[in-house]
Amino acid sequence: MTFGPLATAFLLLLGALVIAGAAWVVILPNLFRAALSLGLVLFGVAGLFILLEAEFLAFVQILIYVGAILTLVVFAIMLTTQPQGTPGVPASRQRLPAALVSGGLFLLLTAATRPLWPQPSIFAPVSLATLGQQMVTTLVLPFEIVSIVFVASVVGAIVLATAKRRPGA
Amino acid sequence: MTGPLLLGVSNALFCLGVYGLLTRRHAIGLLLSVELMLNAAALNFVIFGRAYGDAQAQAFTLFIIALAACEAVVGLAIVVQLVRSANTILADQVDLLKG
Repeated sequence: MTFGPLATAFLLLLGALVIAGAAWVVILPNLFRAALSLGLVLFGVAGLFILLEAEFLAFVQILIYVGAILTLVVFAIMLTTQPQGTPGVPASRQRLPAALVSGGLFLLLTAATRPLWPQPSIFAPVSLATLGQQMVTTLVLPFEIVSIVFVASVVGAIVLATAKRRPGA
Repeated sequence: MTGPLLLGVSNALFCLGVYGLLTRRHAIGLLLSVELMLNAAALNFVIFGRAYGDAQAQAFTLFIIALAACEAVVGLAIVVQLVRSANTILADQVDLLKG
């Protein structure tokens, strides 16, 4: 697709926001700040969705990811902070091998996906009506299965969270 | 130029998630890294859906978001229960099965 100069500027800005936020998520030792950085990444990705003319997906991303998942993560962080932390314990281990692995993976992914980009893109943006049609015609089976997965995960989480602690366990 | 740049953002997001998954000791930190990887995959789907005009790719992104919600729910329930029984939040200190 052809981006004008303003859209390219927004693309660079949102891309930098997403990468910086993601770097903070994986590096910051304070976990609450890492969760808030994840919120920044989610907003940046929603902005990229709007730039790619997938507005409904951007709204769904903000509603569900930021509104529900991030809130749940913050609740869980509040519930599981230990009042006394051991000061000498590092927050992350094996940083150099992990950095080498993720750097190698980045080069591999870039080399693998570079030839897949069509030049130039002449297709129209995906409309909401087409999206809805896909959901009820081609993707109706995943749609129904996701409903079952929702029920199963909610029931499982309730069972897990209310299980009584066995004495001496 | 903007196409490969968008793909580069998606790839970098995924690789940062992999770095976080390999490095973090805190259990919820691992979950945050997995959320980064899921977002990178969703962004990739939307990018290619826009490039090829394919609605199925962008409809699939909705499933990614829905399944990420389910996985966060169950994962956090497990983490809360783990902290109650193992009395530690660091994932590498839960090593009862270690030989």
